[in-house]
Amino acid sequence: MAKEEGRIERISGPVVEAYLPEARLYDVVRVGEGRILGEIIKIVGTTSVIQVYEDTSGLKPGEPVVSTGQPLSVELGPGILESIYDGIQRPLKVIEEKAGGVFITRGIEVPALDRKKKWDFKAKAKKGDKVKIGDIIGTVQETELIEHRILSSYEGKIETIASGKYTVEDELGSISFEGKKYPIKMYQRWFVRKSRPVIEKFPPTIPLVTGQRVIDTFFPIAKGGTACIPGPFGSGKTVTQQSLAKYSDTQIVVYIGCGERGNEMTDVLTEFPHLIDPKSGKPLMQRTVLIANTSNMPVAAREASIYTGVTIAEYFRDMGYDVALMADSTSRWAEAMREIGGRLEEMPGEEGYPAYLARRLAEFYERAGRVRCLSSEDEERYGSISIIGAVSPPGGDISEPVSQNTLRVTKVFLALDASLAYKRHFPAINWLKSYTLYEGGLSEWFAQNISSEFGPLMKSAMAMLQKEAELQEVVQLVGPDALPEKEQAVLMVTKMLREDYLQQNAYSDIDARCEMKKQYSMLKTIMKFSERSNGALDLGVQLKKIQELKVRGLIGRMKEITNDKEFEKLDAEIDAGFDELVKKSCQADKKGNSYERI
Amino acid sequence: MKEYKTITEIAGPLVVVSDVSGVGYNEIVEILMPGGERRKGQVLDVSKNTAVVQVFGPTAGISTTQTTVRFIGETMRLGLTTDMLGRVFNGLGEPKDKGPKVIPKEKVDIAGLPINPYSREMPNEFIQTGISTIDAMNTLVRGQKLPIFSGAGLPHNQLAVQIARQAKVRGTDEKFAVVFAAIGITHEEASFFMRDFEKTGALENAVLFLNLADDPSVERIITPRLALTTAEYLAYEQGMHVLTLITDMTNYCEALREISSARQEVPGRRGYPGYMYTDLSTIYERAGKVRGSTGSVTQIPVLTMPGDDKTHPIPDLTGYITEGQILLSRDLHRKNIYPPVDPLPSLSRLMNSGIGDKKTREDHKGVSDQLYAAYANGRDLRSLSAVVGEEALSATDRKFLKVADEFEKRFIMQGAYENRDIETTLDIGWELLSILPEEELKRVKREHIPKYMKKKSEIDQKK
Repeated sequence: MAKEEGRIERISGPVVEAYLPEARLYDVVRVGEGRILGEIIKIVGTTSVIQVYEDTSGLKPGEPVVSTGQPLSVELGPGILESIYDGIQRPLKVIEEKAGGVFITRGIEVPALDRKKKWDFKAKAKKGDKVKIGDIIGTVQETELIEHRILSSYEGKIETIASGKYTVEDELGSISFEGKKYPIKMYQRWFVRKSRPVIEKFPPTIPLVTGQRVIDTFFPIAKGGTACIPGPFGSGKTVTQQSLAKYSDTQIVVYIGCGERGNEMTDVLTEFPHLIDPKSGKPLMQRTVLIANTSNMPVAAREASIYTGVTIAEYFRDMGYDVALMADSTSRWAEAMREIGGRLEEMPGEEGYPAYLARRLAEFYERAGRVRCLSSEDEERYGSISIIGAVSPPGGDISEPVSQNTLRVTKVFLALDASLAYKRHFPAINWLKSYTLYEGGLSEWFAQNISSEFGPLMKSAMAMLQKEAELQEVVQLVGPDALPEKEQAVLMVTKMLREDYLQQNAYSDIDARCEMKKQYSMLKTIMKFSERSNGALDLGVQLKKIQELKVRGLIGRMKEITNDKEFEKLDAEIDAGFDELVKKSCQADKKGNSYERI
Repeated sequence: MKEYKTITEIAGPLVVVSDVSGVGYNEIVEILMPGGERRKGQVLDVSKNTAVVQVFGPTAGISTTQTTVRFIGETMRLGLTTDMLGRVFNGLGEPKDKGPKVIPKEKVDIAGLPINPYSREMPNEFIQTGISTIDAMNTLVRGQKLPIFSGAGLPHNQLAVQIARQAKVRGTDEKFAVVFAAIGITHEEASFFMRDFEKTGALENAVLFLNLADDPSVERIITPRLALTTAEYLAYEQGMHVLTLITDMTNYCEALREISSARQEVPGRRGYPGYMYTDLSTIYERAGKVRGSTGSVTQIPVLTMPGDDKTHPIPDLTGYITEGQILLSRDLHRKNIYPPVDPLPSLSRLMNSGIGDKKTREDHKGVSDQLYAAYANGRDLRSLSAVVGEEALSATDRKFLKVADEFEKRFIMQGAYENRDIETTLDIGWELLSILPEEELKRVKREHIPKYMKKKSEIDQKK
């Protein structure tokens, strides 16, 4: 497609209309004398409607518009990790150097990947090898944590290839196909609005271990699954998202700050380089890509940021990695669509959102999944993308279109609750309203890898928490003392479940991430306490005595336990405590009986 | 400069000019009225030969035949200099006091540019406001944007003024300035602010922009941007620490809605435009600290929630952008408690980065969490005791009730001129906590209890 030049006809906010008779939908254009970036989103006759990724102040009708003949795309190659990009993959660090200040000025053109940096390329394919699209032809140790696998973007026979130090633009060799020769480079481009192909998608059977007890135990997310976190402001969406980004067991994290607060992004930017990956001891940043398009940055770039992020995630998935994609927040993305839709004078759907909102949301979440990556038959490679999207419903009311359309496509719903946040119960995930649809698919994994007891334990704990909600209604009316002792015991145990299990301190060094095995030990301990107290109550022990047991304090501190031995000790102490109570009670009983006899 | 006499349509604050050429988007225009009066406007939409102009000021008197529109050729700019300190301007940035004309050192586009998130610095310097509920429980830090959510008839203005008067970073003597933007407030309120600034001598370090209730509502779109452009200049060019007060953002949003409906845009929730979130963010996000500059912009916008409804679009969208909120409660106000800050729904998201050892005091976080939990529990028990009677509560629960009462009377309540330092605030907190049995104090560090808790006898002795 040849480059085409036209003229601006109309400007209204981020939307520009231009005379471009041969334009193609979704091609990228350069607008005005300042050559600011835009994308064609509608064509009427000879007029193209362009959404512009930068501020349009000062643009005039008559200024030139040049089509690049290419849709919006990202550069995929070594140098993506540890980067922080804006919504259209411009590295913010380089923007700062180019702009010469702290503000983002207009019309800055910077490549997404460093053109000067030399990477140590190790060829894996040999001369004469037949490769297909997606085959690994070589590797680059991009960071200490991640080996960047260079995927072939062509099918054919390798003519030449050589290891060595190259920049991303250098030719490492060539591939021939049907008599034509193609150069091999370390990077490729991909159109952001098109998902990268895979061989096969699989049903989710492996959990994404997040280290967050309430999620892993009660509402597990699968690798390749989708989850949404709706919640009003102040309920801890961002803290939850960040905890997931830090502690989930994936190799790559893509974090999209879509319409986020500037200072919050700074928090991520300053914190991630200092966070240490628990497995390797290296900074977490080495396996992270950040995309920051804060709320005051151009709205069209905010719309693009989600696509940029998910395309990068797909690229790493194709290398055979497990990727976690955090989108905070998809509501801001939807609002960007609404804003642009409004400027286009489209007929609005519900609450002013465009009618294609549901489709766009579904398309985005469908890019998640555990897959067999595109490659030759003999090269079997599996990767996954798990998408966790935050939703910010106005007023916390999830009956609005973005929440509802998200719920229709996501499988895990983590309901953040402002009243829990007010009580400083964090993560403020409401255990009665949340749900997961992966439980069935994952139960086998839990039974095999943790314990066959885990599922039943979790179910009985959840049943107690549900019972608590019923009992609380009664307590509100008559006070706790009016309940029978057995029911009071339920309240005692659920209080432990809430405070000593569900609550997790994101700022504690030990408790911030809780291994699956430890989760099981903790849950077992509380449920054992529950079981023993039920037994003791049956034998006539007073509830008051149980409540005074010293071991309760120890359970309260088990979050800080770091080895199995201590859990065994705790287990023994529970037994000892209850045995003692039961013994005393029986003795007292005997005495009592004997008095009666007299 | 191009002049046209081709107005074809006038609707509300909007004027359509035909047969124009070379007009830039967002460009500023001057409108010359038949009587010689001049008004300003801004281009909202421009196509090949028509421009839609939003007029700052009343459109009354504009005619299609006798009015001239002059296109200036540049976007809205504000002349800036440090001489602006101590001066009062109107909502369009023209001097309103009797002082001389301000000669600017530089002219800057008031729309501002987004700060590169990479260039930001994490705000972490504690600002002592002297108000216990803010300092101890919703700590403000330099570079934060922390709005006051209020309602009609609540003393938000007194609180805003008290913060402006008392706010300081301890142990430093850095250059400090206040930029004040009044949006659609009444003469009475404006003169309250002026009097207070004059009385306390704060005026010499302040720049005031006043758009009053009877000023054209369209100007309200500009006023906060003038204030923030000034604040950014003072902060990043002059290295000052700037506290920006903006009151009342509700009026700003009303003006936004007015223009949107005049443009016949598709409305979002409750008639507010769909882009209100983005628009508000271009105001609120202009707070912060950046690398390579000593200055900072801290923002305290005030807004009145229509019907005290926190889920109304204005407070709702604000809460999604700002780093927390200070919520004023009508119940506390009715009980005659000033400042009526309800700590339970209030929040400062940047609090944890600004408190603790060396910043405030090592026990700050523990005391704050413990007070919060105790007060929340006490409030729950209060509603329970209303049903079952206080007698039915356990001894411990009655202590929690007492803490909640004392907390309101001694911790929340303070004088409009009472400036409590953080130590005093935390000590009051410990006194309140001493009412509770020690085993209930789970959120404070064990070793802090003997160190900071003053025994009741000690307090009595002191008295």
